[in-house]
Amino acid sequence: MDTLLLSRLQFAVATYFHFLFVPLTLGLSILIAIMETLYVRKKDPQYLQMAKFWGRIFLINFVVGVVTGITLEFQFGTNWAGYSKYVGDVFGSLLAIEATAAFFLESTFIAVWAFGWNRLSAKAHALSIWLVAFASNLSALWILIANSWMQSPVGYVLREGRAELSNFLEVVTQKYAWLTILHTLAAAYILTGFFVMGASAYHLLRRQNLGFFTKSFRMGLTMALLFSFFEIVEGHLHGADLAEKQPTKLAALEALWETQPRAPIYIVAFPSPSNDGNIIQWGKIPSAMSLLAHHDPEKPVKGLLDFPKEDRPPVLLTFLSFRLMVILGLIFCVLTLWGWIKRNRLNESRFYLRVMMWAIPLPYLACALGWTVAEVGRQPWIVYGLMRTKDAVSPIATSQVAVTLIAFILLYTILGILAFWLMAKHIARGPEPAQAKL
Amino acid sequence: MLETIWFILWGVLWAIYFILDGFDLGLGSLMPFLAKTDDDRRTLYSAMAPFWDGNEVWLITAGGVTFAAFPGTYAVMFSALYTPLMILLFALILRAVAFEFREQIASPSWKRLWDCCLFLGSLVPALLLGVAFANLFKGIPIDSQGTYKGTLFTLLNPYGLLGGILFVLLFAHHGSLWLCIRTEGSIKERGALWAKRLWPLAVVFAAFFLLASAWATDLYANYIKFPFLFILPGLAVVGLVGSRLEAARGNWWKAWGASGITIFAATLFGVGGMYPRMIPSSLDPSFSLTIYNASSSALTLTIMLGVALVFVPIVVFYQVWVYKVFATRMRPNEGGVKEGLY
Repeated sequence: MDTLLLSRLQFAVATYFHFLFVPLTLGLSILIAIMETLYVRKKDPQYLQMAKFWGRIFLINFVVGVVTGITLEFQFGTNWAGYSKYVGDVFGSLLAIEATAAFFLESTFIAVWAFGWNRLSAKAHALSIWLVAFASNLSALWILIANSWMQSPVGYVLREGRAELSNFLEVVTQKYAWLTILHTLAAAYILTGFFVMGASAYHLLRRQNLGFFTKSFRMGLTMALLFSFFEIVEGHLHGADLAEKQPTKLAALEALWETQPRAPIYIVAFPSPSNDGNIIQWGKIPSAMSLLAHHDPEKPVKGLLDFPKEDRPPVLLTFLSFRLMVILGLIFCVLTLWGWIKRNRLNESRFYLRVMMWAIPLPYLACALGWTVAEVGRQPWIVYGLMRTKDAVSPIATSQVAVTLIAFILLYTILGILAFWLMAKHIARGPEPAQAKL
Repeated sequence: MLETIWFILWGVLWAIYFILDGFDLGLGSLMPFLAKTDDDRRTLYSAMAPFWDGNEVWLITAGGVTFAAFPGTYAVMFSALYTPLMILLFALILRAVAFEFREQIASPSWKRLWDCCLFLGSLVPALLLGVAFANLFKGIPIDSQGTYKGTLFTLLNPYGLLGGILFVLLFAHHGSLWLCIRTEGSIKERGALWAKRLWPLAVVFAAFFLLASAWATDLYANYIKFPFLFILPGLAVVGLVGSRLEAARGNWWKAWGASGITIFAATLFGVGGMYPRMIPSSLDPSFSLTIYNASSSALTLTIMLGVALVFVPIVVFYQVWVYKVFATRMRPNEGGVKEGLY
């Protein structure tokens, strides 16, 4: 165990944990804003009751997301000083813009929303949650632009031994970034939809607050259905973009070793842990990879053997994560389509409701797998093609990192258990009686 | 020129963070002394609850701006201060979570747990921020590559600890004044009493700190070169005196504002003395990080200046609005529980 490995583990722990809370913040803020707007428009107190019930859960989730985000921003400096020095000119500014343009707005107005029930008019109050929804999604946008620059560095020049910004617009508008943004936001909305459906299913199965939870379920269903199908198309475009930007990652996704025209996909494959071929490959679909990558069955796709071994990502982990993520994505389409068919008789569809209750963890898993594909698939680079991860680490003592890694794991485990337990408790308790005061 | 503008902005952003989160951290550190009953404690939480999150973003912005404008400083500052910074972050996590989790379960031991987290999560950051900044003023052992050559204990030198204690005192004083703004009745009286008690201590330690700076640092070199900088320590003194006078008259907002000026001026006193250095090296002055060898390119500095000039005023505008709407006097036992979702 050295400082590099421990720092990587620490960053992984911090990121996975942070992203357990981010997607629900992104999606649920929008749903709550819609609920509250419906209340203001229709004066139906049930919508207010909905905004408050889901709002409580939102706040628990939100605070853990916020505090774990701070440690991420500072870890670039603490553990990745080499990286910070080398690319801070480009990367640092994106993080700083996120804080000033988005995070302030989000953090200020979440308090306005939480404490403003008796101080603001109904319309102003609804506006405050819209601002939170807007700002949290804007925040994600800037962070993802920054991450995309690590995946596909553009708009910079090498000068004075570091990467310096040369074209800000190119960094902000590059296709890779916008595909990542759409992909991640859609994933967040799918997760939110499944969360709301699963929590509602719990009550529908117990035949409690039927009207309230049928409405909630349908809102979650609409969100998840739209974005599950969107994600398939978007994910495909994202993959095709990799052919140009990150050929090693693309090849690792499908465990393609040899460069070939009519490049196939294997239905079953298992890359070797020694990172130089597949132990098993079966069920060849000819040209599938060429079609997906280039929209042309003839065009060759670059295989991993064309790259020196030290430039290849760990294929086994990348490949398995990608496969599982795609399978989950397809399952989301099936489950939401099934829900759409049953939407008018949810109460009788007890088997479906039970499935949806137990499906809550699946989008969480898909998100974690997605980040594994993005980050492990980028290795051995911290900035693709520009800087290797091993050159980025801080000159700090291994023992320091070992201690903080253990502290992270302990603290985050306790926090995570408490947060999900409290959310589950609120869900199980159900909504407070409706009151049309405001 | 750009580098100098950014250096000033850098100092100002940290100072704003200290003013704003300073009262939260101070109030949290005083909780065992100020709050006797559960109602008191709830009042204390409610006095800060709508603000702490917005305040903490100034830390993120200060950190982000350090990264964007002075990546060299960001890399060295945060890796050299690795252990204290991590403790600071863990403490801030506990504090934030305490606000949200405390009222979720009605059991006394559950509440005690989070009260303890709020206390430590406030006291420890106040202390560490003071220790860290005093050490920056003094210089830390970094080599020509910016690699830190000391340990955690190198930072716990007398001058560093003095800075830490000064921060704790200034924040606690600032926080007790905030409590007087927002509450009434017996808890407000305790707030006023503690403000009165802490004030002489803050004065003594501030004086110590100004004197010790002459002996432990070379901050005063800039003051001799540019005497107009003496306005900064002068302002700190004016703020301290003003906050005492206004507190005696019961003008709590003014007293709080004056104490904010003290915190602001105390921070900029050190920052002004460091210019143009950002992290002086105690091994060799030529290893020091300065605004010239640690800054971003002119293009990045220009873009970020545009961003700051547009967004910081907007942020200040809506945060002032939030303070206006929410920083009203709470009726006894009103507590956050009856307001909003908490």
